[in-house]
Amino acid sequence: MVRVIGFFVGLGFVGVLLISFFVNVSDYISNPTEPSAEHEFHKHAKSLALASDGPLGKFDERQLQRGFQVYAEVCAACHGLGLVAFRDLAALGYNEAEIKKIAADWKIQVPSVNPDTGEAATRKAVPADTFPQPFANEIAARAANNNAFPPDLSLITKAREGGAAYTYSLLTGYQRPPAKLIKEFPASKPGPGLHYNPYFATLNLAMPPPLTTNGQVSYADGTPATVDQMAKDVAAFLVWTAEPNLARRHAAGLAVVIFLLFATVFGYLAYRELWSSAKRQVRITGALEPKNQAKSRSAKDKASIKG
Amino acid sequence: MSFSWAKAYEPKTGFTRWIDERLPLPRLVYGAIGGGYPVPRNLNYFWNFGVLAGIFLMIQIITGIVLAMHYFASAEGAFNSVEHIMRNVNAGWLMRYTHMNGASFFFIVTYIHIFRGLYYGSYKAPRELVWMLGLVIYLLMMATAFMGYVLPWGQMSYWGAQVITGFFSAFPVIGDPVRIWLLGGYVPDQATMTRFFSLHYLLPFVIAAVVILHIWALHIPGSSNPTGVDVKDEQDTLPFHPFYTAKDGWFAGAFLILFALVTYFAPNFLGHPDNYIPANGLSTPAHIVPEWYFLPFYAILKSFTVDFILDAKLWGVLAMFASILLLFFLPWIDKSPVRSGSYRPMFKRFFWLLVVDVIVLGWAGGATPTPTVVAVSQIATAYYFLHFLVILPLVSSFERTLPLPSSISESVLHGEAEESAPLGTTPAGPAGGSRAATVN
Repeated sequence: MVRVIGFFVGLGFVGVLLISFFVNVSDYISNPTEPSAEHEFHKHAKSLALASDGPLGKFDERQLQRGFQVYAEVCAACHGLGLVAFRDLAALGYNEAEIKKIAADWKIQVPSVNPDTGEAATRKAVPADTFPQPFANEIAARAANNNAFPPDLSLITKAREGGAAYTYSLLTGYQRPPAKLIKEFPASKPGPGLHYNPYFATLNLAMPPPLTTNGQVSYADGTPATVDQMAKDVAAFLVWTAEPNLARRHAAGLAVVIFLLFATVFGYLAYRELWSSAKRQVRITGALEPKNQAKSRSAKDKASIKG
Repeated sequence: MSFSWAKAYEPKTGFTRWIDERLPLPRLVYGAIGGGYPVPRNLNYFWNFGVLAGIFLMIQIITGIVLAMHYFASAEGAFNSVEHIMRNVNAGWLMRYTHMNGASFFFIVTYIHIFRGLYYGSYKAPRELVWMLGLVIYLLMMATAFMGYVLPWGQMSYWGAQVITGFFSAFPVIGDPVRIWLLGGYVPDQATMTRFFSLHYLLPFVIAAVVILHIWALHIPGSSNPTGVDVKDEQDTLPFHPFYTAKDGWFAGAFLILFALVTYFAPNFLGHPDNYIPANGLSTPAHIVPEWYFLPFYAILKSFTVDFILDAKLWGVLAMFASILLLFFLPWIDKSPVRSGSYRPMFKRFFWLLVVDVIVLGWAGGATPTPTVVAVSQIATAYYFLHFLVILPLVSSFERTLPLPSSISESVLHGEAEESAPLGTTPAGPAGGSRAATVN
């Protein structure tokens, strides 16, 4: 009974699928999908090699400091870093006094209340504060940015397909829209306040090119600040903001894998020993072991016992 | 207990005797996973995945309890509390990544365990209830995993909750009220979060309880084995401890290496980047996809594209539920008296086709739904239903099966099972050389 009901249920689903399949195929033949501008012009992220890559990657502190400088001088004007605290900068090699100074000198102050009047006020940041948001709220952010909302950058390299390589590609990918694009897809021509960038999913984004000239930032360590270098450094910095425990995780992972390897090898040897000792016992005592059968036959022959 | 030769528990010290007389818990454990449980000696490595699933359940419960100490189930605070765990809680990143990837690995081992059952006919008499309780565990796992994925309150959490609770609105009349009742509102929000958190904490313990029933039901007939031949006497079995604890032990170590490699070196490989964007009800992600372990079902849902008597969406939802529910009837759908796929040449081919089919469905579920992808998933979905509801009943009626070994120990002696275990300490009895049963 179950089989009969099942048979008809199965045929029912398959029948509806067949109809769906033919409707789908005939739709596709009668209106083939038109090529889209995104499909033709969108590019995958360029490759980017960072010290934090790979299973044993660690952060390059000097690069992170440079990247932080780019964030502080360029990105921070519009993008928050709400999940990172000033105290976390210790991981970049800054000492306590330097961190205090960075926090106190930060251009944006922390919202607070006036201790005398209770009115809304701001105060200087301290190391325990997270990076203050550049805008009071989303409406203020959109009003100041041509109705676009600059996302918080704390997790950006984990929140985008391609991670740091995508960030680097986007920062260095601004260009004039190709003539072919404007000819074939007039609708994809960047509108007012939009900028063409083939690494962005919809090809046009509201963020104006942030890194425009070499030497836009003067690096404290004297590294020449080319646009490419600045983009790399800030991408490396944003890997750290998204995954501050990366180096510790890699080190712990190595230790865990080595421990498990030893445990597994010893466990395997114990298993082999256990099962082969049972096998040895069979060799000695097992009546069906061919050697034992041969032995018992020859013993029987010698003693001239039949059977 | 299953076999007459199963060793009875003998307390070794005065203390354990004292305990055993008052609360025979050591006796229970000894009979369940100790020397008192005789197991067929010819199990291969696919039989290790049940124990592994138990290990992953424990990993999930332990890491989950720790995470719940720091997690904050609120629509405003959940996302940041997860990041607080990742950044500020001691070893919080380890707990969170272990829990996140532990869920994926729990599903990996469970899928291998289920497909092992499908291939070796572990669902057949007398183990129907073992199989059905296993499916109940699987359904509970799916509910738990879905609700757990909502808790970090990222974009995929939010939109996944929208889409999956939206299944219920496909049903006429009762659909929308049921959906609103489940969510506690019209869209996922605070009420959804707190109830999902409460249930996400509860269900793993329900799973643990059903696991106990699953093992209890298994111990009545005893474990199945790669030949599918019943255990006949003592030479067919070995005590679970130390033989299978040793085998499970080293294999668990090997599998945990794989787990550690993903957790420590590619923790976000199985996740989706959009879930690192805080939930936003006003911005729909370009492609809403569930976690990888739901993708085959998602493909089944999406492959019904035509309104035929019922809405296309309702067809999809019905088919998706049916694709799991039909597994409950498998013991009665597949009538072949031969359990093991190794002795069923025709069944074996269709089985591997099903494995490929489910992988194709998983791919189609995750891919951008272009007409080609939809067409592929329609064919794959059709095969899924054909396999279980049409092919399997027919194959089990018409197939000519291969001769079975007359006993487990015979198959071991003749090297028929690849992972053959040695004979135990007892001398092997006469295992009739060429007595081979042919079953049609």
